[in-house]
Amino acid sequence: MNWGWIPRNIDLVASLTWEHMVLALVPVLLGLAISIPLGWLAGRTRIARAVLVPVTGLLYTVPSLALIVVLPIVLGTRILDPLNLIVALTIYTVALLVRSVADALAAVPAVTIAAATAMGYRPFRRFVSVELPLAVPVVVAGLRVAAVSNTSMVTVGALVGLGGLGRLFTDGFQRDIPAEIVTGIVLVLALALLVDGLLLAIGRWITPWTRVGAGARVRAGAAA
Amino acid sequence: MIEFRGVTKQFPDGTTAVDDLDLVADAGRITVFVGPSGCGKTTSLRMVNRMIEPTWGTILVNGADIMDHDPAELRRGIGYVIQQAGLFPHRTILDNVATVPLLLGWNKKQARERAAELMELVGLAPEMAGRYPAQLSGGQQQRVGVARALAADPPVLLMDEPFSAVDPVVRESLQDELLRLQSELGKTIVFVTHDIDEAIKLGDKVAVFRTGGVLAQYDEPGVLLSRPADDFVDNFVGRDRGYRGLGFLSSDGLPIGELATVSVGDAGPSEGWALVVDGERRPLGWLDGGTQANGAVTAGDLVPGGSLYDTDSGSLRSALDAALSSPSGQGVAIDGEGRVVGSVSADEVLRALADARRTGAAA
Repeated sequence: MNWGWIPRNIDLVASLTWEHMVLALVPVLLGLAISIPLGWLAGRTRIARAVLVPVTGLLYTVPSLALIVVLPIVLGTRILDPLNLIVALTIYTVALLVRSVADALAAVPAVTIAAATAMGYRPFRRFVSVELPLAVPVVVAGLRVAAVSNTSMVTVGALVGLGGLGRLFTDGFQRDIPAEIVTGIVLVLALALLVDGLLLAIGRWITPWTRVGAGARVRAGAAA
Repeated sequence: MIEFRGVTKQFPDGTTAVDDLDLVADAGRITVFVGPSGCGKTTSLRMVNRMIEPTWGTILVNGADIMDHDPAELRRGIGYVIQQAGLFPHRTILDNVATVPLLLGWNKKQARERAAELMELVGLAPEMAGRYPAQLSGGQQQRVGVARALAADPPVLLMDEPFSAVDPVVRESLQDELLRLQSELGKTIVFVTHDIDEAIKLGDKVAVFRTGGVLAQYDEPGVLLSRPADDFVDNFVGRDRGYRGLGFLSSDGLPIGELATVSVGDAGPSEGWALVVDGERRPLGWLDGGTQANGAVTAGDLVPGGSLYDTDSGSLRSALDAALSSPSGQGVAIDGEGRVVGSVSADEVLRALADARRTGAAA
């Protein structure tokens, strides 16, 4: 194998890595922003939950390549617009996260919510400063799955000429440069591990109460 | 003062949780709502701060109709202690206590200073401030719950079965602590419990509810024990109510009889019982003169005594118990410093009870 390919193309590899990261993570943030209100809505009534959770979940079964090809028609974008990929991955993120957010909010103990109401919280502030923080551990777990899944799914975009490290696969395959393909695989893997570790660390950092003393019941968010 | 006027709560499924409640919870006193589950006691409590809205009727808090207030603002002015403490698991103890001041718009520093004062008031060590609720015992969490409810100094405090989830020993100390706090603070407290003993211990007045949300009786605890309104209350108040009712009768005027005492090292009596006391006249135990060999009294001769009757603060119940639990049949009466002043007998207690009945202090 010609490992000399790597140093000769280091600038390309770096810019593709950066592009890959943006394409993978922007949809995670957008998906989170959409999933929180949807997950909240799912927790409001049984009907909303019975509709929202399965329907958003079904979105995950739409084949990614089909979605990337169809979206330009729906959105009126050019086929090579990275927006297509970002929208597609945002949809997948929502598909994974709505259930997490709904479950996480449902697991906040009723007595904690009643206490917050009795202290004089209005519903929106109570949601933001009591319910959402307590949902963080479960939401972060869902977020990690979505981020890792996105990181690998960005490579599909290369099939229709969109950016990211997937281009190292298509290019390496067409020009028969095994080192390029291997570099792509290793970097995608490394990126996925890095993103996962980063989210884990952030999740722990913003939920110090889950790491104290009396164990499991705190991690589950129970106050009883 | 909290006033319920013709308050009814019907839930959408048609059940009546509270049925035409008329009741006044006096300012500065503890009013206890007690009854079996499904009797509407918690619903009645939660209507005061509009956690549940009444279907009909009016509730006044210190003269103002609760429906005239925005619910969130109303609640910030009413302390609330919830079952199992209901602390916010993601906030430190200090920030839990500072919740209401922060909602009222105090700055963070003021709110935390106030929270630290409250922690001290309820007997929580300052080093607890930075801990999370999960690091505290159930009893400590309940103290935090009380501190949090008191943080903005509300005139009214609602307590919803606050001590039901802790073990009996801790519960008793939390009850004592609440009575101590109340003697300092004089809040208007409504306290919900299903435990009649807790109700009788804490309540200045006790409202007994029956299933279906009907108020069965609303009286001082002594009256509840001596004159239950009907069979339901009688059953609910439970066994030994006659004996427990003696706890609410003052023992003022109860005759104190003579009591034979000896000291360790003295010669004991040749017959009959004598109380052995130390140099300060504090009781050590009883001596049975019939069984003791002649000569000096030694520690080995002592028979353990019963309960002691404190003439400064005791009730007829403690006097009777002292008599009944004493091996000699003579109850040991002591003064506030624990020194023996004489004896009480069961006969005298019963005579005092008969006098109290005649003068109308008990039924």
